[in-house]
Amino acid sequence: MLETLIFSLVVAVAVGVSAGYLGSIMVLEKMALVGDALSHVALPGLALGVLLGFNPLIGGFVFLFISAVLIWHLGKITKLSFETLVGATFTLALAIGILLFGNNLDALEEALFGDITAVGLTEATAAVLISVAVIFLTKLIYRKIVLGLISEELATSKGISVARINLLYLLLVSLTVAIGIQITGTLLVGFLVVTPAAAAKIISTNLSRYYTLSAIFGSISAVSGILMSSYFNVVPGPLVVISGITIFMLAIVIRWRLKVTS
Amino acid sequence: MATDDNNADYILNVSNLTVEISNQPILNNLNFKIKRGVTLAIVGPNGAGKTTLFRALLNLVPYSGKIEWKGKVKIGYVPQILAVRDIPISVKEFLMFKNESVQDIKAVLAAVGLNSEEVVDKSLATLSGGQMRRILIAWAIVDKPDALLFDEPTSGVDVDSEEAIYGMLRSLTAKNEITLLLISHDLHIVREYSDYALALNKCMVFFGKSKDVMDPATQKLIYGEPICKEYGDIHA
Repeated sequence: MLETLIFSLVVAVAVGVSAGYLGSIMVLEKMALVGDALSHVALPGLALGVLLGFNPLIGGFVFLFISAVLIWHLGKITKLSFETLVGATFTLALAIGILLFGNNLDALEEALFGDITAVGLTEATAAVLISVAVIFLTKLIYRKIVLGLISEELATSKGISVARINLLYLLLVSLTVAIGIQITGTLLVGFLVVTPAAAAKIISTNLSRYYTLSAIFGSISAVSGILMSSYFNVVPGPLVVISGITIFMLAIVIRWRLKVTS
Repeated sequence: MATDDNNADYILNVSNLTVEISNQPILNNLNFKIKRGVTLAIVGPNGAGKTTLFRALLNLVPYSGKIEWKGKVKIGYVPQILAVRDIPISVKEFLMFKNESVQDIKAVLAAVGLNSEEVVDKSLATLSGGQMRRILIAWAIVDKPDALLFDEPTSGVDVDSEEAIYGMLRSLTAKNEITLLLISHDLHIVREYSDYALALNKCMVFFGKSKDVMDPATQKLIYGEPICKEYGDIHA
């Protein structure tokens, strides 16, 4: 039991840091809802994994990435925003996922809300390796994405391919969401991408403080959620959300008390 | 306008430049040359193709015709709109996108008339309109460009600061021999702070010395019913 808890905490730190770091870009891109809704798209992939007997997280990741690329292409063709396209498709994915799970309600609950008892050495090692790779790759593209947000023309005139970088970014989000599902489940994993970054943004006046705080808040939310979940013996997802929201509220108070202007 | 100047003197040579976007003609058959160190103002009504000309010069839109920058020129570009208001980024971090040296950043902030110690760690979102434009000029010159394309250098700035910013821009470009292309709506500014003016209205409707832009006849050319002009071999 203690071993499982330790492995879960390792996954929580890895996921919290990478989701917080990546999420700081998503909040700047005003795509917070995309991060949240996109995570539901993993559900059919998880269901296929359970049904066909392979690792559900791999199924989840494949579904996430294919959907993200598809939505990205649809956006280019139709000129509709990411929000609109994700909004139109994520409920469909949720519906298909629930149908595929059928009567396997335990597996469905695990997919929706996370299950730390399923985390072992392999999962913890994979989460750490994937997170390190995600953080490294995000660091390489972070400044380029921010420059593209400030002005796409400036980025292009400096030889940055904004479209290609966005695609890599979607791959990284898909990877992070896939490993985060273990902790919070597919229904709540989007929270880890959005809320730590939102809390960090309201008390930051520069980029380095912003993404550092976002990563720290992400890991504190995940770790405290897991600890409470272990103590109260309930699913971890909702408790991760509650600790994250507590940090968000504290950030609002700090901004108000210190009169942070950004 | 015949000229026997050597072509080698020109930093930019544009010939038969035509840009179409979604089959709509935006720019039609532009021809002009610019010498190093010259300031050329691009004027014209809204939708005349001014920003599109900049985008073509930066190779950001497909075009037909020829745009030749001489040798390995470094081109600085400052767009009219930067979406910095919603991004927590400090002045230093912003300028570091172009130049990693804090020393260079502090020097360039001083050159644009800002107290570098005071603003270097400030969030961009908290700057005034005038300070923001100065930061943009700092951004444009911090990596020492040969040519600078500036879209509305003083939009959102009060009249007093406007003159100060143009004066500073003029001394910086003269000191560093920077060729400046600037888009402006203000013909008074164009007359005072540029050497030549190019007026667009989908095509070239006027090209000449900036001191002539206030003439009623010239103004009619610029803002009246567009009459495309063929100037032959023209240069700035």
